[in-house]
Amino acid sequence: MARIDLVDLAHSYHGPAADPATYALKPMSMTWRQGGAYALLGPSGCGKTTLLNIISGLVKPSRGRILFDQRDVTPLSTQRRNIAQVFQFPVIYDTMTVAENLAFPLKNRGLRGEQIASRVAEIAQLLDLTPHLKRKATRLSADAKQKISLGRGLVRPDVAAILFDEPLTVIDPHLKWELRSKLKALHRALDLTMIYVTHDQTEALTFADTVVVMQDGMVVQSGTPQDLFEKPAHTFVGYFIGSPGMNILPATVQGRRAHLSGHPIALTRAYDRLPAGARIEIGVRPEFVRVAAPAPNLLNARIERIDDLGRTRFARVRVGEQKLAAQVPNGMSFAGADVGLDFDPAHVHVYADSRLVEGAA
Amino acid sequence: MEKIVNQKAWLLVLPVFVLVAFSAIIPLMTVVNYSVQDTFGNNQFFWNGVGWYKDLLDPSTELGGRFFASLWRNLLFSAAVLAIEIPLGILVALSMPREGWRVAACLIILALPLLIPWNVVGTIWQIFGRSDIGLLGYTLNLFGLNYNYVANPLDAWLTIIAMDVWHWTSLVALLCYAGLKSIPEAYYQAAHIDGASRWAVFTAIQLPKMKRVLLIAFLLRFMDSFMIYTEPFVVTGGGPGNSTTFLSIELVKLALGQFDLGKAAAMSIVYNLIVLIVCWVFYTVMTNVGTERRPETGGV
Repeated sequence: MARIDLVDLAHSYHGPAADPATYALKPMSMTWRQGGAYALLGPSGCGKTTLLNIISGLVKPSRGRILFDQRDVTPLSTQRRNIAQVFQFPVIYDTMTVAENLAFPLKNRGLRGEQIASRVAEIAQLLDLTPHLKRKATRLSADAKQKISLGRGLVRPDVAAILFDEPLTVIDPHLKWELRSKLKALHRALDLTMIYVTHDQTEALTFADTVVVMQDGMVVQSGTPQDLFEKPAHTFVGYFIGSPGMNILPATVQGRRAHLSGHPIALTRAYDRLPAGARIEIGVRPEFVRVAAPAPNLLNARIERIDDLGRTRFARVRVGEQKLAAQVPNGMSFAGADVGLDFDPAHVHVYADSRLVEGAA
Repeated sequence: MEKIVNQKAWLLVLPVFVLVAFSAIIPLMTVVNYSVQDTFGNNQFFWNGVGWYKDLLDPSTELGGRFFASLWRNLLFSAAVLAIEIPLGILVALSMPREGWRVAACLIILALPLLIPWNVVGTIWQIFGRSDIGLLGYTLNLFGLNYNYVANPLDAWLTIIAMDVWHWTSLVALLCYAGLKSIPEAYYQAAHIDGASRWAVFTAIQLPKMKRVLLIAFLLRFMDSFMIYTEPFVVTGGGPGNSTTFLSIELVKLALGQFDLGKAAAMSIVYNLIVLIVCWVFYTVMTNVGTERRPETGGV
């Protein structure tokens, strides 16, 4: 169990001399709290797995240091870092039974027989593998094999952190949910630092206390699921999290007022010192844009289609050339395609060159 | 509905049947035919029933004695060759580079011995081992070792085994290398995470994943060494004495040297049966490895 600090870390697969723009991981510093449940979220190829492999020691960073509880572990091998990692596809040792597979990490570290047995029994119990302990691991289904992989990660009582690299990819949807809740419960019970890599926002938001969103080798925001939803620090976060994603609209902003296609939109904070020459956009989540009957004080829009998601309905609308999504209030029916859009001022954010600008109160 | 009877389909099978008949059945039946008859030349044959087989399988007769002596010699040779080539091939495969230009270099070097014709390999080693002009023989004698494969049976055996190892270890190594390459990187990463030692990685991951190619290597090397003829024939001619006379050399002596067609045919048939049985056993073992006795889809 440990706090993990990444200090000025960067990595390139082409060596440290490569062009910094091609780095798989751009320079970053960050801290992972002891006992935190983290999700690393981002599209494929954004550097999530690279970051994970650097923490576990499978990849040596081109630059920077990794500290476990202030101890520099950068030069240490994976074996000596005391870290567990679960991979995307199940890895099982063919010749061994389920029990032997689970015992493997403990045996390699020279634990005594009865200690191993009790630990294996405990983990098998947690993962519902007890009835299969005596069977050859190759005989099981993909789900069960991945459970064994998870089990091997969880079986060591003293790990600094457990890293999960999209561990539920091969699992059936209904089991996915169950296993994720199980991981969450394990996290609470064992007080371990867990870092969970995924490109699935539902997975990230349900598992983690802190979600770290990555794009193009950089961390663009790290915060609670609520932060990411209500106050995305970057337009990418707004777009990537939420379904449908945030509406990002080019606008002009002055003081407490934004202008969108000539129509004024009220803001709750003042934006007087926006960087000159920057691309200014406003961002608002569809949940905070309400479709209403056309009115002079509302932004005029035309409905293109309605997406019924069961609990809520979202209207896909068009304002000039701009496309937006907006929530349709319950029970509303439409007379024609023309509607008005009502923005919730508290949830309209201003972005300069894609980055959130904090306004003055 | 009435079934239409049309026997013309047999005509379509005919070409294959004729081909197989000429390539396999007729030659084989000729041998069977010889094995139950005796001849005194002049193309005159006399019925001998299972006489040759009785002699062949009875070690106390001259024929049986020769057969069993060369059979044991051959089995010993195969065992020795397998015991060296399989572990050595695994070792070579494990120490080969994984990527870069070195891979191509290694593969070419390994493939070279495999590309040399059998009799050339024999000639190379025949000269290499000569104590008067051969590099190996001359050097060994220079160091005071009395090495002479023409006179000393042990030296002859060591020379032939060394030659076979030189010629065929590459095959085992290449097969194992292919097996190793097919192991996903995640297995090694997981093993690192699990704190596995080098030996544990070998026994828990590499060896099980190589099991299938190893069985193929084992089968190929067994069959080949069990049927070896050219190389020992070129190097030692079966000598000194009979010490390196393997089954195929004995067979050729019998059929072409003494022109005992009946005895040679009976021996061919038994030799062939042994090869077939071993093949079948290996095939059965190979196809059963890794499959379940009781197939289970095992959900959890």
